[in-house]
Amino acid sequence: MKYIKYCLLGILFGIIMTKSEVISWYRIQEMFRFQSFHMYGVIGSTVATGIIIIQLIKRLQLKTISGDAIDIKDKNSGVVRYLAGGILFGLGWALSGACPGPMFTLIGNGYTVFIVVILSAVLGTYAYGLLRDKLPH
Amino acid sequence: MIEIISQPWPWYVAGPMIALVMFLLLLVGGNFGVSSTLRTLCTIGGAGKHASFFDFDYKSQMWNLVFVLSAIIGGYIATNYLSSPDPLALSQSTIDDLSALNIEFNGGFAPTAFFEWESLLTIRGFAVLVVGGFLVGFGTRWAGGCTSGHAISGLSNLQIPSLIAVVGFFIGGLIMTFLLFPLIF
Repeated sequence: MKYIKYCLLGILFGIIMTKSEVISWYRIQEMFRFQSFHMYGVIGSTVATGIIIIQLIKRLQLKTISGDAIDIKDKNSGVVRYLAGGILFGLGWALSGACPGPMFTLIGNGYTVFIVVILSAVLGTYAYGLLRDKLPH
Repeated sequence: MIEIISQPWPWYVAGPMIALVMFLLLLVGGNFGVSSTLRTLCTIGGAGKHASFFDFDYKSQMWNLVFVLSAIIGGYIATNYLSSPDPLALSQSTIDDLSALNIEFNGGFAPTAFFEWESLLTIRGFAVLVVGGFLVGFGTRWAGGCTSGHAISGLSNLQIPSLIAVVGFFIGGLIMTFLLFPLIF
Protein backbone atom coordinates (compact mmCIF):
# COMPACT_ATOMS: atom_id res chain seq x y z
CA MET A 1 0.00 0.00 0.00
CA LYS A 2 2.87 2.39 0.63
CA TYR A 3 3.56 2.31 -3.10
CA ILE A 4 0.08 3.32 -4.25
CA LYS A 5 0.91 7.04 -4.28
CA TYR A 6 3.86 6.36 -6.57
CA CYS A 7 1.61 4.27 -8.78
CA LEU A 8 -0.92 7.11 -9.11
CA LEU A 9 1.82 9.66 -9.82
CA GLY A 10 3.31 7.33 -12.43
CA ILE A 11 -0.07 7.00 -14.16
CA LEU A 12 -0.44 10.79 -14.18
CA PHE A 13 3.11 11.13 -15.54
CA GLY A 14 2.38 8.64 -18.36
CA ILE A 15 -0.79 10.53 -19.30
CA ILE A 16 1.07 13.88 -19.37
CA MET A 17 3.91 12.39 -21.46
CA THR A 18 1.38 11.04 -23.96
CA LYS A 19 -1.02 13.97 -24.17
CA SER A 20 1.80 16.51 -24.54
CA GLU A 21 3.23 14.33 -27.36
CA VAL A 22 6.75 14.42 -25.90
CA ILE A 23 6.85 10.62 -26.37
CA SER A 24 6.73 11.20 -30.13
CA TRP A 25 9.83 10.35 -32.18
CA TYR A 26 8.66 13.03 -34.62
CA ARG A 27 8.47 15.71 -31.92
CA ILE A 28 12.05 14.97 -30.84
CA GLN A 29 13.22 15.38 -34.44
CA GLU A 30 11.26 18.62 -34.70
CA MET A 31 13.03 19.83 -31.54
CA PHE A 32 16.54 19.00 -32.71
CA ARG A 33 15.77 20.66 -36.06
CA PHE A 34 14.47 23.81 -34.25
CA GLN A 35 11.26 23.66 -36.27
CA SER A 36 8.72 24.09 -33.49
CA PHE A 37 8.54 25.75 -30.10
CA HIS A 38 6.53 22.88 -28.60
CA MET A 39 9.29 20.85 -26.89
CA TYR A 40 11.13 23.98 -25.76
CA GLY A 41 7.86 25.26 -24.33
CA VAL A 42 7.28 22.01 -22.44
CA ILE A 43 10.79 21.79 -21.00
CA GLY A 44 11.05 25.55 -20.43
CA SER A 45 7.74 25.89 -18.60
CA THR A 46 8.51 22.78 -16.54
CA VAL A 47 11.82 24.30 -15.42
CA ALA A 48 10.30 27.76 -14.83
CA THR A 49 7.62 26.22 -12.60
CA GLY A 50 10.17 23.86 -11.06
CA ILE A 51 12.49 26.70 -10.02
CA ILE A 52 9.63 28.38 -8.15
CA ILE A 53 8.64 25.08 -6.50
CA ILE A 54 12.19 24.25 -5.35
CA GLN A 55 12.68 27.79 -4.00
CA LEU A 56 9.41 27.54 -2.09
CA ILE A 57 10.38 24.14 -0.66
CA LYS A 58 13.71 25.54 0.52
CA ARG A 59 12.44 28.85 1.88
CA LEU A 60 9.37 27.44 3.58
CA GLN A 61 11.38 24.37 4.68
CA LEU A 62 8.53 22.12 3.58
CA LYS A 63 8.44 18.57 4.91
CA THR A 64 7.38 15.31 3.29
CA ILE A 65 3.97 13.84 4.22
CA SER A 66 5.77 11.60 6.72
CA GLY A 67 7.36 14.64 8.36
CA ASP A 68 10.94 14.33 7.09
CA ALA A 69 12.85 17.26 5.64
CA ILE A 70 12.72 17.34 1.84
CA ASP A 71 16.26 16.58 0.84
CA ILE A 72 17.21 18.11 -2.52
CA LYS A 73 20.75 17.03 -3.26
CA ASP A 74 23.22 19.19 -5.14
CA LYS A 75 24.97 17.46 -8.06
CA ASN A 76 28.68 16.68 -7.65
CA SER A 77 30.84 19.22 -9.43
CA GLY A 78 32.64 18.21 -12.59
CA VAL A 79 32.57 18.72 -16.32
CA VAL A 80 33.81 15.68 -18.23
CA ARG A 81 31.23 13.16 -17.07
CA TYR A 82 28.33 15.56 -17.63
CA LEU A 83 29.49 16.64 -21.07
CA ALA A 84 30.66 13.22 -22.37
CA GLY A 85 27.78 11.28 -20.83
CA GLY A 86 25.38 13.98 -21.97
CA ILE A 87 26.62 13.77 -25.57
CA LEU A 88 26.19 9.96 -25.64
CA PHE A 89 22.73 10.38 -24.14
CA GLY A 90 21.86 13.01 -26.77
CA LEU A 91 23.00 10.74 -29.60
CA GLY A 92 20.69 8.01 -28.29
CA TRP A 93 17.84 10.43 -27.57
CA ALA A 94 17.78 11.73 -31.15
CA LEU A 95 18.14 8.21 -32.59
CA SER A 96 15.50 6.41 -30.55
CA GLY A 97 13.37 9.53 -30.14
CA ALA A 98 12.82 8.66 -26.50
CA CYS A 99 14.42 9.42 -23.17
CA PRO A 100 13.76 6.95 -20.32
CA GLY A 101 10.33 8.27 -19.17
CA PRO A 102 8.82 8.11 -22.67
CA MET A 103 10.39 4.66 -23.25
CA PHE A 104 8.12 3.19 -20.59
CA THR A 105 5.12 5.31 -21.57
CA LEU A 106 5.40 4.18 -25.21
CA ILE A 107 4.87 0.53 -24.19
CA GLY A 108 1.46 1.51 -22.82
CA ASN A 109 0.80 3.30 -26.09
CA GLY A 110 1.10 0.00 -27.90
CA TYR A 111 4.73 0.31 -29.05
CA THR A 112 5.61 -2.94 -27.30
CA VAL A 113 8.96 -3.17 -29.10
CA PHE A 114 10.14 -0.54 -26.61
CA ILE A 115 10.64 -3.46 -24.21
CA VAL A 116 13.73 -4.10 -26.36
CA VAL A 117 14.77 -0.43 -26.17
CA ILE A 118 14.53 -0.53 -22.38
CA LEU A 119 16.49 -3.81 -22.20
CA SER A 120 19.11 -2.18 -24.42
CA ALA A 121 19.22 0.85 -22.14
CA VAL A 122 19.61 -1.47 -19.13
CA LEU A 123 22.48 -3.15 -20.96
CA GLY A 124 24.02 0.28 -21.62
CA THR A 125 23.77 1.14 -17.93
CA TYR A 126 25.33 -2.25 -17.10
CA ALA A 127 28.22 -1.56 -19.51
CA TYR A 128 28.76 1.82 -17.83
CA GLY A 129 28.87 0.09 -14.45
CA LEU A 130 31.57 -2.30 -15.66
CA LEU A 131 33.67 0.49 -17.23
CA ARG A 132 33.04 3.08 -14.55
CA ASP A 133 36.51 2.98 -12.96
CA LYS A 134 38.19 3.42 -16.34
CA LEU A 135 36.10 6.40 -17.44
CA PRO A 136 36.93 10.04 -16.61
CA HIS A 137 34.43 11.74 -14.29
CA MET B 1 -14.49 17.48 -19.90
CA ILE B 2 -13.19 14.25 -21.47
CA GLU B 3 -13.39 16.00 -24.83
CA ILE B 4 -11.20 18.84 -23.65
CA ILE B 5 -8.49 16.66 -22.11
CA SER B 6 -8.57 14.38 -25.15
CA GLN B 7 -7.15 17.20 -27.26
CA PRO B 8 -3.33 17.35 -27.43
CA TRP B 9 -2.11 19.30 -24.41
CA PRO B 10 -0.33 22.59 -25.15
CA TRP B 11 3.14 23.11 -23.69
CA TYR B 12 1.94 25.62 -21.10
CA VAL B 13 -0.35 22.97 -19.62
CA ALA B 14 2.09 20.05 -19.87
CA GLY B 15 5.12 21.86 -18.43
CA PRO B 16 3.57 23.01 -15.13
CA MET B 17 1.96 19.57 -14.74
CA ILE B 18 5.32 17.82 -15.08
CA ALA B 19 6.68 20.23 -12.45
CA LEU B 20 3.68 19.30 -10.28
CA VAL B 21 4.58 15.61 -10.58
CA MET B 22 8.13 16.47 -9.50
CA PHE B 23 6.75 18.42 -6.53
CA LEU B 24 4.39 15.64 -5.46
CA LEU B 25 7.19 13.06 -5.74
CA LEU B 26 9.32 15.18 -3.39
CA LEU B 27 6.35 15.61 -1.07
CA VAL B 28 5.78 11.87 -0.71
CA GLY B 29 9.49 11.27 -0.06
CA GLY B 30 10.81 10.41 -3.52
CA ASN B 31 12.50 12.44 -6.22
CA PHE B 32 12.09 12.89 -9.95
CA GLY B 33 14.70 10.91 -11.91
CA VAL B 34 13.62 8.13 -14.24
CA SER B 35 16.93 6.74 -15.48
CA SER B 36 18.17 5.58 -12.06
CA THR B 37 15.58 2.79 -12.39
CA LEU B 38 17.76 1.34 -15.18
CA ARG B 39 20.50 0.88 -12.59
CA THR B 40 17.97 -0.66 -10.20
CA LEU B 41 16.97 -3.14 -12.92
CA CYS B 42 20.66 -4.10 -13.35
CA THR B 43 20.89 -4.74 -9.61
CA ILE B 44 17.72 -6.84 -9.58
CA GLY B 45 19.24 -8.84 -12.45
CA GLY B 46 22.26 -9.67 -10.30
CA ALA B 47 24.77 -7.10 -11.66
CA GLY B 48 26.00 -6.42 -8.11
CA LYS B 49 28.16 -9.54 -8.40
CA HIS B 50 30.06 -8.03 -11.34
CA ALA B 51 30.44 -4.37 -10.43
CA SER B 52 30.25 -2.59 -7.08
CA PHE B 53 28.26 0.21 -8.76
CA PHE B 54 25.26 -2.13 -8.71
CA ASP B 55 25.85 -3.44 -5.20
CA PHE B 56 23.13 -1.58 -3.30
CA ASP B 57 19.82 -2.45 -1.66
CA TYR B 58 17.44 -2.27 -4.60
CA LYS B 59 14.44 -2.34 -2.25
CA SER B 60 15.26 1.28 -1.34
CA GLN B 61 14.46 2.18 -4.96
CA MET B 62 11.28 0.14 -5.38
CA TRP B 63 9.13 3.27 -5.13
CA ASN B 64 10.80 4.66 -8.27
CA LEU B 65 10.32 1.42 -10.18
CA VAL B 66 6.63 1.48 -9.25
CA PHE B 67 6.42 5.11 -10.46
CA VAL B 68 8.11 4.37 -13.78
CA LEU B 69 6.24 1.13 -14.51
CA SER B 70 2.96 2.92 -13.74
CA ALA B 71 3.76 5.34 -16.56
CA ILE B 72 3.03 2.36 -18.84
CA ILE B 73 -0.52 2.29 -17.44
CA GLY B 74 -0.74 6.07 -17.92
CA GLY B 75 0.28 5.68 -21.56
CA TYR B 76 -2.33 2.95 -22.00
CA ILE B 77 -5.10 5.09 -20.48
CA ALA B 78 -4.15 8.16 -22.50
CA THR B 79 -4.05 6.34 -25.80
CA ASN B 80 -7.16 4.20 -25.28
CA TYR B 81 -9.50 6.56 -23.44
CA LEU B 82 -8.16 10.08 -24.01
CA SER B 83 -6.88 10.01 -27.54
CA SER B 84 -7.51 12.62 -30.18
CA PRO B 85 -8.51 11.43 -33.67
CA ASP B 86 -6.53 14.22 -35.34
CA PRO B 87 -3.05 13.57 -36.74
CA LEU B 88 -0.08 14.91 -34.77
CA ALA B 89 0.43 18.59 -35.70
CA LEU B 90 4.03 18.19 -36.79
CA SER B 91 5.61 21.18 -38.50
CA GLN B 92 5.67 20.96 -42.29
CA SER B 93 9.42 21.61 -42.45
CA THR B 94 10.08 18.55 -40.24
CA ILE B 95 7.80 16.44 -42.45
CA ASP B 96 9.76 17.62 -45.52
CA ASP B 97 13.18 17.05 -43.91
CA LEU B 98 12.24 13.53 -42.84
CA SER B 99 10.73 12.78 -46.21
CA ALA B 100 14.10 13.66 -47.79
CA LEU B 101 15.57 10.90 -45.58
CA ASN B 102 12.85 8.47 -46.74
CA ILE B 103 11.13 8.59 -43.35
CA GLU B 104 7.37 8.81 -43.73
CA PHE B 105 5.13 10.90 -41.47
CA ASN B 106 2.09 8.81 -40.60
CA GLY B 107 0.28 11.25 -38.29
CA GLY B 108 0.99 9.07 -35.25
CA PHE B 109 3.75 9.26 -32.64
CA ALA B 110 6.47 7.39 -34.52
CA PRO B 111 7.36 5.99 -37.94
CA THR B 112 5.96 2.46 -38.28
CA ALA B 113 8.99 1.47 -40.39
CA PHE B 114 11.21 1.16 -37.35
CA PHE B 115 8.90 0.88 -34.38
CA GLU B 116 7.60 -2.64 -34.86
CA TRP B 117 9.05 -5.99 -33.77
CA GLU B 118 9.98 -6.85 -37.37
CA SER B 119 11.98 -3.60 -37.49
CA LEU B 120 14.63 -5.26 -35.30
CA LEU B 121 15.66 -7.28 -38.36
CA THR B 122 16.38 -4.16 -40.44
CA ILE B 123 19.53 -2.04 -40.11
CA ARG B 124 17.56 1.17 -39.53
CA GLY B 125 15.29 -0.48 -36.99
CA PHE B 126 18.17 -2.11 -35.13
CA ALA B 127 20.02 1.23 -35.00
CA VAL B 128 17.02 3.16 -33.69
CA LEU B 129 15.85 0.59 -31.15
CA VAL B 130 18.95 -1.24 -29.96
CA VAL B 131 21.83 1.20 -30.52
CA GLY B 132 19.64 4.16 -29.51
CA GLY B 133 18.57 2.46 -26.31
CA PHE B 134 22.12 1.43 -25.42
CA LEU B 135 23.46 4.99 -25.89
CA VAL B 136 20.69 6.41 -23.71
CA GLY B 137 21.40 3.88 -20.96
CA PHE B 138 25.17 4.32 -21.03
CA GLY B 139 25.13 8.09 -21.44
CA THR B 140 22.55 8.81 -18.79
CA ARG B 141 24.43 6.92 -16.09
CA TRP B 142 27.78 8.45 -17.01
CA ALA B 143 26.16 11.89 -16.89
CA GLY B 144 24.35 10.93 -13.68
CA GLY B 145 20.85 11.68 -14.96
CA CYS B 146 18.54 12.03 -17.93
CA THR B 147 15.97 14.58 -19.02
CA SER B 148 14.07 14.23 -15.75
CA GLY B 149 17.08 14.16 -13.41
CA HIS B 150 19.13 16.87 -15.09
CA ALA B 151 16.98 18.96 -17.46
CA ILE B 152 14.08 19.15 -15.01
CA SER B 153 15.12 18.32 -11.42
CA GLY B 154 18.67 19.65 -11.83
CA LEU B 155 17.88 22.86 -13.71
CA SER B 156 14.98 23.56 -11.33
CA ASN B 157 17.55 23.41 -8.53
CA LEU B 158 19.88 25.72 -10.51
CA GLN B 159 22.63 23.11 -10.80
CA ILE B 160 25.54 24.00 -13.13
CA PRO B 161 26.44 20.29 -13.69
CA SER B 162 22.90 19.75 -14.98
CA LEU B 163 23.27 22.67 -17.37
CA ILE B 164 26.50 21.11 -18.70
CA ALA B 165 24.68 17.78 -19.13
CA VAL B 166 21.80 19.43 -21.00
CA VAL B 167 24.29 21.18 -23.30
CA GLY B 168 25.76 17.71 -23.88
CA PHE B 169 22.29 16.29 -24.66
CA PHE B 170 21.92 18.90 -27.38
CA ILE B 171 25.42 18.50 -28.81
CA GLY B 172 24.75 14.75 -29.12
CA GLY B 173 21.26 15.25 -30.53
CA LEU B 174 22.44 17.74 -33.14
CA ILE B 175 25.36 15.51 -34.21
CA MET B 176 22.94 12.60 -34.61
CA THR B 177 20.30 14.61 -36.44
CA PHE B 178 22.48 16.57 -38.85
CA LEU B 179 25.63 14.44 -39.30
CA LEU B 180 24.65 10.82 -38.64
CA PHE B 181 21.01 10.63 -39.82
CA PRO B 182 22.02 11.10 -43.49
CA LEU B 183 24.41 8.14 -43.07
CA ILE B 184 21.98 5.86 -41.20
CA PHE B 185 18.79 6.58 -43.16
